[in-house]
Parts: sequence; structure tokens; C-alpha cells
Amino acid sequence: MEQKNHMLKYLQKGIRFDGRKLDQYRLINVEYGVSNSAEGSAIVNVGDTKIIVGVKLAVEKPFLDTADCGNLMVNAELTPMSSPDFEPGPPTETGIELARIVDRGIRESHAIDVHKLCIKEGEKVWSVAIDVCTLNAAGNLIDAAALGALAALKDARYPAYDLEKNAIDYGEKTDKKLPLECQPIAVTVWKIGDYLLVDPLPQEENAADARLTVTTIADGSVASLQKGGDCPLSVEEVDSMVGLAIEKAKELRKALG
Amino acid sequence: MTTDALNVKEKDIVVPGESLAVGMGFLPSWGTYRDGDSIRASRLGLVQMDGKVIKLVPLSGAYLPRMGDVIIGLVIDVLMSGWRVDTFSPYSAVLTLAEATSEFIPKKADLTKYFDIGDVIMTKVTNVTSQNLVDVSMKGPGLRKLGPGRTLVVDPHRVPRVIGKNGSMVSMIKDHTGCNILVGQNGVVWLSGEPENEVITVQAIERICAESHISGLTEKMQRWLEQNAKHVNRSRPQEPMQ
Repeated sequence: MEQKNHMLKYLQKGIRFDGRKLDQYRLINVEYGVSNSAEGSAIVNVGDTKIIVGVKLAVEKPFLDTADCGNLMVNAELTPMSSPDFEPGPPTETGIELARIVDRGIRESHAIDVHKLCIKEGEKVWSVAIDVCTLNAAGNLIDAAALGALAALKDARYPAYDLEKNAIDYGEKTDKKLPLECQPIAVTVWKIGDYLLVDPLPQEENAADARLTVTTIADGSVASLQKGGDCPLSVEEVDSMVGLAIEKAKELRKALG
Repeated sequence: MTTDALNVKEKDIVVPGESLAVGMGFLPSWGTYRDGDSIRASRLGLVQMDGKVIKLVPLSGAYLPRMGDVIIGLVIDVLMSGWRVDTFSPYSAVLTLAEATSEFIPKKADLTKYFDIGDVIMTKVTNVTSQNLVDVSMKGPGLRKLGPGRTLVVDPHRVPRVIGKNGSMVSMIKDHTGCNILVGQNGVVWLSGEPENEVITVQAIERICAESHISGLTEKMQRWLEQNAKHVNRSRPQEPMQ
């Protein structure tokens, strides 16, 4: 409690533990095409936080209820090397939530037109697997992971595919891109005491009362929301959090290059 | 009998597995081990010779508790008759009731009145067993619960540099930033002051750790502080006595 009060003293003065302003992101850097074995990949740095994302494409049988749609999957791995708080073993709540927030942002903004992933209705569709892997967890994994997933999707190219033989040659990449319709950007706004901030440090995440992840597309419309933390949020607070997220998404969109 | 041979000099930097000496004429000490005839390094460090005894001064790795170290710990659990303390090393420590206070504590007393989970304490390592069970004590000058402030974890091997000769470095930072600073042997630094001054202090300490190998660091830091902590009101609030 004493530690949190000390942090509130900072926030009251409008600065953070590392000297940033409340609505200021750390330096963001996106590096494309970092893996040869993935169809698309990216490494995202947000300050000391580092995340690698890979996109893998495969031809699979569609689900029965979406016979003319491709599949989209997001999986997140919180590797033990990236933080002393992460242990090996089955995925934790944090890991599952991270994957689901990234997934929902891409799915609900219809960033990927799944109909265009269909090869033959009811038989063959492209399946897009997005794998998020933390290399260093120093706060704000959600925004970094969502940014990385989008960067990897932008980077992805179809591998050569022979329909007759039903064989993919992963060694040969075509220059055909994924059907990316828009760019969903996730910005998580955190609430500590009465203050709203973005891009938290681990200490700030631990002290936070609530958070709201807002995924928006370029025109500012909201694609998905995810609330976390123990404390409730008032309507006014949600309003200003969404407003801040839309504002900050513009910066992240620029960082994507 | 094989002839004894020394492969390294005093203050050489060695890597794990490196052969330091061959023969039974030398004795392995801290940070080294015997492998057949030779003595090898088990850590990255500087060689230190004491007659026939070879030991290493580590240059990297986690903090390992040592008897007599004054460290800054974090209370992580309240036990039946004591507290568990995170020492920022692989081994946690136990603070027993008897070592925590000289007050009389009745049975069934609420121990969180004295220390609660999340409290940051300045404490002393009183014993480390061969199984790495660590005991700490609050009996001694300056050992106490630390009030509102923030903690910063630095490489424990940089602690001597952060403190400086006779505390010269840390008192220089204190003078320039007006912050209270305490440095534990385990690499935990506790500071308390005005938010913007604390930020400068953190930057200064991170700088020292990044450039700790440079000679004339004190003068360099002096210039840096004069430039970056110009507008700080240097009157430091007195530390409250317990």
C-alpha cells in the first residue's frame, strides 16, 4: 500500500517511474521478416518489452459451420526466460487472455477476410496460425503482442501451393499477401487511483486497479474491448479511456511503418 | 606425480570451465572446482590467489546471500512465528519473531502489525546454512522497515561502484538530488524523495551500472549530475528515526 501511494505521488505530478508522461509510450520499434521458417514474422520492441510473432499458413479442412471460411488462430506463449513471473507448464490465465485479446482484435475488426482464404468450399481452406512469443516481458504485453501480430500478418506471403497434389512447398514463397482489409491497433489504458495511463511498467501493472484494451481501426471505430482488473469503471471513465486509446492508436499505426 | 602448473595470473578474467591450474599443489576455493587434476572456474570472474588457494571474484550472476550482508528485502509471507523475506536471490530468508523486535509479542498476536506482506525492509543476513536456508535479523543499527519510497534492482556486482569509496558516489547523488538512498548488498536500491528527483537518481544509478568499468567515473558522474540535477532543491528531508 505504501508503495502504491508513492506511485500515486508520481502520477499526481504527471510523471511516471521512468520520467515519462502518463499518456506517453516508450520507444516502439518494429522489425519485419525476422524468421525464415514462418510465412510472416515480426519482432516488436516497446521499451524493454520484446515480442516475436510468427504467422504460419496451412491448408486444412474448414469447420462444418463455416464451410466457406478460412481458419484463424492465435496462440501466445509467455516464455519463462522473458520474466521471473512466468513458469513453464500449461498456459496461465494471463497467457490465454493475451492470445484472446489479440485474436478478438483481428477477428472482430474483420482485418482478415476469411472468405478469401477459401480454396474449395467445404474441403480446403487456408488456415492462419499466429504465434506470439514473449522474449522480454517488461510491461504492456497486450499492446506489443497485438502490434506484433498485425506486423507479422502484413509481412506474410503465401507459400507455393499445388492444388492437384494438395502439397505446400514451404521453401518457395510467392509474393501474394494475405487479404488484409484493415489494421486493428490495440491500446490498453490502465487506471491507477484516479489516473489513466498507457504503456505501463511492470510495477505499474502490479499496482493497477483496472485496465481497458481498446482495439480500433484507422477511421477510429472500435472493433473490440476487453476489461481487466478488480475495480469497476464508470461510464465517463470508459469514455475517456476509449478517447485516449483512439488518439494513441494513431502513434502506434505510424510506428508500424 | 604430475608437475603443478598455474594457467592464470592474478586478476585474469576467466570463464566457466576454464582450467586455472593443474596439480594437487593448488586448492580450489570459492567459484572454482576440482576436475581430475585441474582446477576449473565455475563462474565468470576475476582470479584471486591466496598462496596456493585459488578463488574467483564473480563478475556476473545472481546475488547469493552471505553472512553479515546488509540487504534490502521484501516481506512476501507472514508465518506462524515470523516472516518470509524475498532477498532478490534464488533463496528466500526467514525473519523470526526473536530477531524482528525486542518488544514482547503475546501469543496469537497479529504479526502484520510489525511487518506485512509488501513491506520493504533493511535487514541483515545472520546465517546461511549449507542447504542455503537463510536467516535474517532486524537487530542492528539502521535495520528497519523502510517507509514510502521506490525500489530499484541493480546487478549486485555493481553495488561497490554505486556506493563508491567510503560511500562517495552515493553521497554525491544524495547531495545533488536531495533523495534519501539506501543500497543493499543484494543490489536492491531504495530511494525516497520528490518524484522528479527520484527519476534523476534512478537515471544516475543506471548510468553508473552501465559504465561501471570506466575509470574516473566519479568525476564523470559529478559532471552529469551538475548538468542534470541543476534545478533540484538540495535540502534533504531528515530521515525519520525509528
